Amino acid sequence: MQLPIINQSEKTREYASRPGMTRRSFLRTGTAATGAVAAIAASLSPLRELTDTDQFSVSRFLQKHYKEMDGQDMAAALERISKAVEKRYDVRPDIRDIKPMDGVEFVYALNLTRCIGCRKCVHACVEENNQSRSPEIQYIRVLEMPRGTTDIEQGNHHYQRATVPSEDHYYMPIQCHQCANPPCVKVCPVEATWQDSDGITVIDYDWCIGCRYCEAACPYWARRFNFSTPSIPKDKINPDMSYLSNRPRENGVMEKCHFCLHRTRLGKMPACLEVCPTGARKFGNVLDPNSEVRQILESKRVFVLKQEAGTLPRFFYYFDERDSTNETNPANPANGGDA
Amino acid sequence: MIDSIKEFAREYPRFLYRCFRLSFVGDWRYYTWMFFLSVIALFGLNAYAKQFVQGLITTGMTDQVSWGLYIANFTYLVGIAAAAVMLVIPVYVYKNKDLHNLVIFGELLAVVAIIMCLMFITADLGRPDRFLHLFLRFNFPMSILTWDVIALNGYLLLNLHICGYLIWCAYNKRQPTKIFYIPFVFTAIVWAISIHTVTAFLYSGLGARPFWNSAVIAPRFLASAFAAGPALIILTLQVIKAGTGYPVSDKAISTLKGIITVALGINMFLLGSEVFTEFYTGASHSVSAKYLFFGLHGYSALVPWIWSAIALNTFALLVLLTPAGKNRWLLNAACLAMIVGIWIEKGMGLIVPAFIPSPIGEIVEYVPTLNEVLVCTGIWAFGLLMYTILVRVTIPVLYGDLLVDKIYHTDPSIFETKKSSSTQDSAGVSPEKRR
Repeated sequence: MQLPIINQSEKTREYASRPGMTRRSFLRTGTAATGAVAAIAASLSPLRELTDTDQFSVSRFLQKHYKEMDGQDMAAALERISKAVEKRYDVRPDIRDIKPMDGVEFVYALNLTRCIGCRKCVHACVEENNQSRSPEIQYIRVLEMPRGTTDIEQGNHHYQRATVPSEDHYYMPIQCHQCANPPCVKVCPVEATWQDSDGITVIDYDWCIGCRYCEAACPYWARRFNFSTPSIPKDKINPDMSYLSNRPRENGVMEKCHFCLHRTRLGKMPACLEVCPTGARKFGNVLDPNSEVRQILESKRVFVLKQEAGTLPRFFYYFDERDSTNETNPANPANGGDA
Repeated sequence: MIDSIKEFAREYPRFLYRCFRLSFVGDWRYYTWMFFLSVIALFGLNAYAKQFVQGLITTGMTDQVSWGLYIANFTYLVGIAAAAVMLVIPVYVYKNKDLHNLVIFGELLAVVAIIMCLMFITADLGRPDRFLHLFLRFNFPMSILTWDVIALNGYLLLNLHICGYLIWCAYNKRQPTKIFYIPFVFTAIVWAISIHTVTAFLYSGLGARPFWNSAVIAPRFLASAFAAGPALIILTLQVIKAGTGYPVSDKAISTLKGIITVALGINMFLLGSEVFTEFYTGASHSVSAKYLFFGLHGYSALVPWIWSAIALNTFALLVLLTPAGKNRWLLNAACLAMIVGIWIEKGMGLIVPAFIPSPIGEIVEYVPTLNEVLVCTGIWAFGLLMYTILVRVTIPVLYGDLLVDKIYHTDPSIFETKKSSSTQDSAGVSPEKRR
């Protein structure tokens, strides 16, 4: 029998068949083993830079899924998060777990006639929700659309103008559409994201494993991934936090727009709406027959983006039904009036 | 019964130990090869350690192109693992004699490929430290990813059992009991089809990505896997034959050649069907395909890749279909061409373009970073290392050189303790007779 590579070597044969351990074989095996261990240790040396101990702490590791936590578990988790935030940002946060209200289903309506593309909503959102400034994470993307089309393929994502709006464009902000049939929830392998009873799709940042399947599944490109530990200047931290919304995230997890649930579940408006200078953004409870959003859905010609995706968005767009030549100019009296 | 369990508990660790010792024995070529692989694997480990500390920012992935080389390699290797059935089906269903002694190398390849798949998935996770969450909240059956977890791990266990049982029997000079492996073999045949189908459904089930949202993805995956996998096995078997003298008949190679010819033909046909549907309709959902084949708005990073893949696969198909395929070197070149061609087609050609443009129309191109490439080559090197060791210890067992009561000359500890039993090895059939 010929095994040319694996045992043809006479030297090896002699060495290997020698009974017991000789001084030479001991030295040789010892040197090889030491070399191997040293090489592996050297390869793993970047691990010495792991400094954020909270990220890998035991209490963090044993923390349960959001839906399995009782009051005590949640209190412990909030305390742990508070300490971590305080240590990192020198700010004692006011962090709570805010549950959805009964009889509420939030929807958003955006008036494309009024939006001027100033991107104030983008930045208000970043500040409200403690998004990473480097690398930059933003939940809202505003597209500059040429008139005459609603095909978002033709939108300009990176328009830079001294003044907005541009006469021959309209502007279309896109953020999480809080779908009633959310593909991102369906695909998550560990149930780290789900839809709450008020229609907001939330993420348990401490449960997400970072596979980014939801990011691939979202037709609205609403989800963002923390490719590194987010960095936020200490003086920019918003201490008004909640577990499922704007508490600082860790490296390696997903995040997204949550309709500012730490505000809206307490009756306030989302940050993007409050900052909007033109009143293009409308938000409220669609189950309330007197709400403004309900009026809009009933009286305006609303549409949703990518209806064919079948995700049933809770984010509606509409145009004012006025003089079409002047529709982007909110100063025009023709565009006045509510909603 | 109790005695046989006791004996197993005593003998099995010894068997593993002997295999462990054996994996360190070889001539200078073996050592050079293993050293080379170890160095690449360690570079990969080092790169992964960096990624673990800094996050996936060390890769070229972005929010726009959120899956890259890791998922591409994962997809390709699922195919390689599934392709083991192209040896199993001829042997167990059609009773092919030429492949009978080779089928184990296909199954071992499946084991290694699945382990590599799991490593690529782990490399892609943002929080691998949380993998236990899979056991605590398993979104089955809604998430196709959970189906894939079951499919891949189940396939790994099936193949580990089949290979492990057959090798263990050979080691103990026993005839394998059919009931202990034949049902598993047939389960594994169906399972192999399922792993690649489920992996295809991961992509084709996403309405957000029109480029993937096509019924032809699963058949295409299977066809390309049944081409690239056996092509890899053809090359591997020749290396095994040259390296160890293990008998690999020309008929075995030509059976595999027939399989890859048909599979590659079907694969190219399916690709053609896809291309026709995308481009003839001219609907907006063909933008990703346009980007892939021709470039879009001046962005064209993938164009050279896909055309080289098509060129490589066409070359391979031409060699296989013409008398040129009778030349062993040309056949090997064709195998190599299709292994690379299909890797590009499935990775750069299928995973990446689905993200370009993004669902809301932004074009961000993807270029892997050096760190990411090092992690990938590291996993490949580690896979080859595992496969080399498995083949290296399996062959002496199959030859009857490494037996439960026989001393193998490369194993000094056995030489000492079991000296008296050396006279009993007459039971082992000599390898010459086997051949």
